[in-house]
Amino acid sequence: MTASDVDHAILAAWRIEQPRLITSLSRMLRDVPLAEELTQDALVAALESWPVTGIPEKPGAWLMATAKRRALDQLRRFRMLARKHELVARELEAEQQAMPDLDAALDDDIGDEMLRLIFTACHPLLSREARVALALRMICGLTTEEIARAFLVSDATVAQRIVRAKRTLSESGLSYETPRGEELSERLAAVFEVVYLIFNEGYTAARGEDWLRPQLCQEALRIGRILTSIAPGEPEVYGLLALMELNASRTAARTDASGEPILMRDQNRALWDLLQIRRGLQALGRAHELGGAGGFYVLQAEIVACHARARTAAETDWKQIAALYSELTRQVNSPVIELNRAVAVGMAEGAAAGLEIADRLMGEPALKTYHLLESVRGDLLYTLRRFAEAKAAFESAAALAGNKRERDFLQRRAAEAANAASELPH
Amino acid sequence: MRFMYLVTHPGPPGNPTPALMEAMHKLAEREIKAGRMLDNGGLMPVQTGAQVRIKDGKLSVIDGPFVEAKEVVGGYAIFELRDKEEAVAMAREFMQLHLDHMPGWEGTCELRAFAGP
Repeated sequence: MTASDVDHAILAAWRIEQPRLITSLSRMLRDVPLAEELTQDALVAALESWPVTGIPEKPGAWLMATAKRRALDQLRRFRMLARKHELVARELEAEQQAMPDLDAALDDDIGDEMLRLIFTACHPLLSREARVALALRMICGLTTEEIARAFLVSDATVAQRIVRAKRTLSESGLSYETPRGEELSERLAAVFEVVYLIFNEGYTAARGEDWLRPQLCQEALRIGRILTSIAPGEPEVYGLLALMELNASRTAARTDASGEPILMRDQNRALWDLLQIRRGLQALGRAHELGGAGGFYVLQAEIVACHARARTAAETDWKQIAALYSELTRQVNSPVIELNRAVAVGMAEGAAAGLEIADRLMGEPALKTYHLLESVRGDLLYTLRRFAEAKAAFESAAALAGNKRERDFLQRRAAEAANAASELPH
Repeated sequence: MRFMYLVTHPGPPGNPTPALMEAMHKLAEREIKAGRMLDNGGLMPVQTGAQVRIKDGKLSVIDGPFVEAKEVVGGYAIFELRDKEEAVAMAREFMQLHLDHMPGWEGTCELRAFAGP
C-alpha cells in the first residue's frame, strides 16, 4: 500500500468510528465543539502511528482509548476551573479502572448525545453557511477540505466559518444543551433547513463534477435517517426523509450518459431506485401515522410521491399535485412554490391556466434572477404554440442559469422554439 | 455508494453464540442510528429454499439441500457508505465480532458496490 492508501484506510476506519467517538466525548466533556476537536486529534494520532504500527485489530477501541485519554487530560487541566468537570473526570477514571475493556464503549447509547450534537451544530444563532459546515463536520465526519470541495469554496473559508461558529457557541454558553418541549420543534426547523440545504446542494450538482458534490445528498440522507432514530415522534422528520429519499430515487435517470439533464417526463422510469422509493413511501406513511399530514415537508414529500407512484409520465396525478401546492402556498407564502403550482396547474388544467399564474409572478422581486421562472414560462408558451415568446423566455432563462449544463439545455430549448416559430405559417 | 454485504460460510451454519448475537445486534443498532445501514437480514437454511437454474438451454427447479454447494449464504446487509475503504472497515469490524464471540467459526463477508450512478 502506498502512503496515501494507508491514509485513506485510516480515514475510513476513523469515519466508521466517528459518530461514537464524538458522542462519547461530548458526554464526557459536556462540550460539543471541544469533543469534535478531540475526535479530530484522535484521527491525527492514528495518521501518525498507524503507518508505523499497522492498523490495529480493533481500530475503534484504539481510537476511543486515545480520544478518551486526551479528554481526561483536558478535564484534569480544567479541574480547578470547574467542579462539575472534576466530578465527571473522577467518575470516568473510576469507570475506566473498573472496566479496562474499552469495547464496552459499544454499549454507549448515542441517541441522546447525537440529538444534542445535531442541535448544537444547527443552532439558529449561527449563520446558515456555518451550520452547514458544522453539521457536515460534526455529524458526517467530513474534513474541512472535503466540505470546501463540495461547496466550491476555499479551504480557508470553511476553516474560518468553523472556527468562528465554534467561538460563537462557546462564548454564548451553547456548547452543551438539549432543547426540550416547544423549543424542540422550533429548533428542529433550523435543523431541517440545514439538512435540506445540504441535500439540494448535492442534488443540483451535475454528474461529472467532483464526486463530493453529489455525495452531499447521501450525507443529508444520513442525517435524515439519524433524525428518525433519535426523534421518532416527530412527523416532519419523516416528511423530510421521505422528501429526500423520493427525490434521490431519480438520480440515475436525471442525466444522460454525457451528464445532460433529462426532464422528469422524459426520464426512463425503470432507472428509478425502487428500494429508495419504498423507503421514501414508508417514511411518508409513518409521517401520516404520526398525524403530520399538513406538515411543510410532509406536503412536499407527498408531491414527489405522486411522481414516484406514476409508472409513466402520463399517469401522473397532476390534479392532486396542484392541490398539494395550493395547500403549501396557504402555509408558506413563497413565489417559488407558486411557480411550482403554475407547472402543476398547467398540466392539470392546461397550459393557459398555468401561464396565468406564472405571468403573475413576473414582477416578483425574489424571482428576478431565478432562471426557472422564465424556463417554466418558456415551456408553457411552447405548449401553447406561442413559439416566438417561448424562444425569448428560454433565452432569458439561459442568461440567468448559473450552471453550465442547465444553460446549454435552455439554449437548446430556445433553438427548438426558434425552429418551431420559423415553421409556423405566417 | 451503496454496498451489498453477503456473509457466506461452508456447510451448515451452526447457531451464533448469544454473545455474538448480542454484539451483532448492538452493531446493527449503532449503524441504523448512524444512518448508514439501510437493510439487513439473516437467511434460513438452504432446505427452506430452492434453486431455479438454467443449464443446457433448459430451466429446472431444484429443491435443497444442494450437495455441491460449498458455500452457503447466511445473511446480507445493505449499507450506504462513502467508498470502498469505508466498506472494508465496516466488514472488518463485523467479522472481528465473529472472531471474538464465536471461536472456531469460519466464513467470508463479501462486499460489492451496487451498480448505479
